[in-house]
Amino acid sequence: MGAGRLYAAVAAGGFRRYATYRAATAAGVFTNTAFGLILVYTYRALWDEKPHLGGYDQAQAVTYVWLGQALLSTLAIGGGGVEDELMERIRTGDVAIDLYRPVDLQMWWLAADLGRAFFQLLGRGLVPFAFGALFFPAYLPTDAGTWVALLVALLLAMLVGFGIRYLVALSAFWLLDGTGVSQMAWLLGYFCSGMLLPLNVFPGALGEVVRALPWSSLLQAPADVLLGHADPLRTYLFQGAWAAVLLGAGRLLQSVATRRVVVQGG
Amino acid sequence: MGEGGRVREGARAYLLIAGMWMRSTMAYRFSFAMTTFGNFTATFFDFVAIMLMFSRVDALGGYALPEVAFLYGLSAVSFGLADLVIGSMERLGRRVRDGTLDTLLVRPAPVLAQVAADRFALRRMGRVVQGALVLGWSLTRVDIDWTVGKLLLMPVILVSGFGIFCSVFVAGAAFQFVAQDASEVQNAFTYGGTTLLQYPPTVFAKELVRGVTFVLPLAFVNWLPATYVLGRPYPLSLPEWVAFAPPLVAAGCCALAGLAWRTGLRSYRSTGS
Repeated sequence: MGAGRLYAAVAAGGFRRYATYRAATAAGVFTNTAFGLILVYTYRALWDEKPHLGGYDQAQAVTYVWLGQALLSTLAIGGGGVEDELMERIRTGDVAIDLYRPVDLQMWWLAADLGRAFFQLLGRGLVPFAFGALFFPAYLPTDAGTWVALLVALLLAMLVGFGIRYLVALSAFWLLDGTGVSQMAWLLGYFCSGMLLPLNVFPGALGEVVRALPWSSLLQAPADVLLGHADPLRTYLFQGAWAAVLLGAGRLLQSVATRRVVVQGG
Repeated sequence: MGEGGRVREGARAYLLIAGMWMRSTMAYRFSFAMTTFGNFTATFFDFVAIMLMFSRVDALGGYALPEVAFLYGLSAVSFGLADLVIGSMERLGRRVRDGTLDTLLVRPAPVLAQVAADRFALRRMGRVVQGALVLGWSLTRVDIDWTVGKLLLMPVILVSGFGIFCSVFVAGAAFQFVAQDASEVQNAFTYGGTTLLQYPPTVFAKELVRGVTFVLPLAFVNWLPATYVLGRPYPLSLPEWVAFAPPLVAAGCCALAGLAWRTGLRSYRSTGS
């Protein structure tokens, strides 16, 4: 089997695996919609107070909220991606079996995570977004080009998201129990991705810093592409650069880890 | 055995189990300190988001920052205490799925107390402390026309809020007997509930406010009594004595949640594995 087909099969497996739990998916849709509802009212109050805050009008702020709810589980911003399982495999020593396989560790988990992300986008993301677009005055671009541009930005966001989480997971080679690191990672991700508040609303220097960090590729970058607030090509360049840096760092760390670390066994 | 006897027995079982988990946590003191700090920071970020909002505006829904902090503190402390005491119940779905609930059923102690104390995590104090700090700060800043009634009402708000959130946790756990995989629905009411109450009621649509006042009475945790303390109008026209109703509402909620719990427990069928 060719390498491309192999990773496609792994990704399809990741997709199907998450698609199995229908009740859990429905519950997730409900919860995302409920949180979106709370957030959308607070944002509307905020934009009532100060129209054009951060360069968005109120309809754009509404779209931002529902895009955020759609991407929360897709990009595993609050945790819940494949990194939990990889960490557990490193802790128990099962990762030795993964290293035996004639495939690349990073590519294998990337494929699995992309499969998961695509399912979460379709299964958990679409409904809250449609709900928001239907019941609130949201900004929706009418040209198909913007939506295609959004899809490309989302794909790059998935790569960056995985790049960050893979580094977090590999820390388990040294720490064994990665609970603390992953908790810190999702806290940072939540705050710096713009999930709590759009990054262009952040004041002064803090805003400059968070917009330059990799997490801004996750929600802020796709949102700006959808809302016509940023040039897609420049956004892709930013996201692509971070994806390359993070995935490269992951590859480097992986080679150090597999050479130096003794696998736990029992 | 009378009802009082069962309650005493449950409390004793709860304290024994929770004490055991605390000793087990304290075996790894550094890890405990780290996770408590993490818990504190996680909830702190919620408030940072509110502060960032107020760095750009002076009021939200007509409420200034100290007043929002007052609402936030009351909601966070009530919810934090409920989460500390019985927050472990959100894990019930897992025990139902893998059948480990059976172990709890054969032990000579009330199941509710066992499930509530299961994996008792003292690190959840982080949220309570954070909420209390915000509440304390708001009290130094907010302009309240204090009366004896308002002063007496303050502890009552926190205790009643604790009771209401506890009943949400218990009802959520009862729902997990039926739902199993769908346990995440509960988060919309627990974490979602406390997030909702952190913002002024004037921000939300009337239907939503009506829903959390008359259907799922979360508004009694802080919105209704706090608007009275702050001397602000509540978005729905309700008589003033409603501000003093939280204890009654909490008692009613707990009774209903208890009923739901019994129904859920009775419907439990083990996986048999």
